[in-house]
Amino acid sequence: MSTLLEGLFNGISIGSVLLIAALGLAIIFGLMGVINLAHGELIMLGAYSTFVVQNIFKLFGDPWFDFYIIVAIPVAFVVSAAVGIILERGAIRFLYGRPLETLLATWGVSLILQQFVRSVSWLLVISLGIFCLLFFGGMQLVKSRTDWQRVKTKAIALLLPLGAAIAIAFYFLLSKNSALSTPWFSSRNVDVTAPAWLRGGTDALGFQIPYARLFIIGLTLLCLLGVYWFLQRSTWGLKIRSVTQNRTMSSCLGIPTAKVDALTFALGSGLAGIAGCAVSLLGSVGPNTGQNYIIDTFMVVVVGGVGNLLGAILAAMGIGILSYLIGSGTLALVLTNLKAPQSLLDFFFFFASSSMAKVMVFALIIIFLQIKPAGLFPQKGRTAEL
Amino acid sequence: MTQATVQATDLMLGISDLNVYYGESHILRNVDLNVPFGQMVCLIGRNGVGKTTLLKTIMGLLSPRTGNIVLGDQPDGMASPRSITKLTPDRRAKLGIGYVPQGREIIPRVSVKDNLLLGLEAKPEGRKGNESIPEEIFELFPVLKTMLSRMGGDLSGGQQQQLAIARALMGKPRLLVLDEPTEGIQPSIILEIEAAVKRIIAATGISVLLVEQHLHFVRQADKYYAMQKGGIVASGSTKELSREVIQRFLAV
Repeated sequence: MSTLLEGLFNGISIGSVLLIAALGLAIIFGLMGVINLAHGELIMLGAYSTFVVQNIFKLFGDPWFDFYIIVAIPVAFVVSAAVGIILERGAIRFLYGRPLETLLATWGVSLILQQFVRSVSWLLVISLGIFCLLFFGGMQLVKSRTDWQRVKTKAIALLLPLGAAIAIAFYFLLSKNSALSTPWFSSRNVDVTAPAWLRGGTDALGFQIPYARLFIIGLTLLCLLGVYWFLQRSTWGLKIRSVTQNRTMSSCLGIPTAKVDALTFALGSGLAGIAGCAVSLLGSVGPNTGQNYIIDTFMVVVVGGVGNLLGAILAAMGIGILSYLIGSGTLALVLTNLKAPQSLLDFFFFFASSSMAKVMVFALIIIFLQIKPAGLFPQKGRTAEL
Repeated sequence: MTQATVQATDLMLGISDLNVYYGESHILRNVDLNVPFGQMVCLIGRNGVGKTTLLKTIMGLLSPRTGNIVLGDQPDGMASPRSITKLTPDRRAKLGIGYVPQGREIIPRVSVKDNLLLGLEAKPEGRKGNESIPEEIFELFPVLKTMLSRMGGDLSGGQQQQLAIARALMGKPRLLVLDEPTEGIQPSIILEIEAAVKRIIAATGISVLLVEQHLHFVRQADKYYAMQKGGIVASGSTKELSREVIQRFLAV
């Protein structure tokens, strides 16, 4: 009984990490149909935001430090959501309905973001600020002219190289200044220390339950409820559902579709930020953190059935429990007790490590998708499209 | 009423010299069309002459290469009409154009009630979130009241058509644009829809632009325009709509 409970808890715990990471993607990929390969990097940015908030709270001393995580969650949400909006407004909105280009563009963005956290320094931030000021400020000035449409391309052709040249010149001029050009994080991993009340665990059920895991399960539940409420009950949620199902008609009804797109993307990105906050409690955080999650999150969304939150929940829990049972060798042990044939035992012991478990889970997913190509809950009814 | 007698200030919708292309193929050629306040104008013509293209251009789903579309600014028609040619569809809807497209375009996986509430987005101030559906809607379309919790996409064609008109009315538009509301619908429902549109006009004084093939419905309009090969080729009062014109322009 205890073994079963332990397996269940650990499975749910892995599943809830998968779910919280996939929740944002379920909105961006599931609802908007945008393949966002930079989702992992948005998670990574959330984790780094948590790291920064933690360092700021360290300065305040002990009683405050215990509550940094409460502040870190909204901060991570806002940081990732802001990056998400920039990504959507700057790149993805030009690529709606072109999945291949979106895939390449977001992959490029993910590489840029990885390198950005490696090399970000005050100097880089100031240079970027100068570029934005020159380019977007200049564009604003040109926009106020009456013949704006006519000079638009000329203005871009002039302002873009000029702004970039000044910003790059500034960067190299001051790059000797080591105080300004020291990277904030560098490419080494950083560690987020959990507050005291999240360290350790309880033995209440006869096995070790870490508090951090319980916290993540709680956070996942909270995010799920929040997303469900927002999508199903709020006025903006209805607009989002309407736009994702019929874009042209929604705009004819008076819904500002561009605003809804940006908001949907911001919501999904912000959830990735919260996921980053959660995964920072599980281990050290590095520029490549996002890469570890991106495949799993896509798996969850695809197995769950695109555009379906309940499917994503069941898929995350299923994948989580299965990978734990196989990876920890629990399944193999149970089979030993059942006196299963030796060949079957050898088979399961072969897969009894976390990386081999992944191989088996992926193989099972491939088989599953052969049987149900549209996932657990495909769209049904008169309007189902295949 | 001929075009010359229509004063600019009486216009709900005015279209002048409109040219629309799909890529390089010329679809609408120098289209001029006026919808006076409080009148029902019917656009007739065989399939493929550009009727739906014209309505889509009015809604902003297609942008014209040349030409101008103006919308009467005030309900009393005294203010100067404003050009809407450059606006996005959602801005046009908020200025008071209710659109009932061909094929209904109900939001499929949203309940009938939410579909109706989405119609409120066209109000200038948008939807607050605490509104309910006014009784008039159910008086016009009683069938909707029994289906509020059903998914929009699960309704039959006739029910979807009624829902689409009801949804357009939720935003209290000043101009209702209807694209073949009787297409593929059984005769008794056609009469119901026709009666509902007449009641709406009587009750609200709304202006209507209608694309229609169904002769009985066409006869309800004040004025007709006939299209052929992307241009307007005839217009006048529907009372003068002769058998010969019908033979030439309606696919009967």
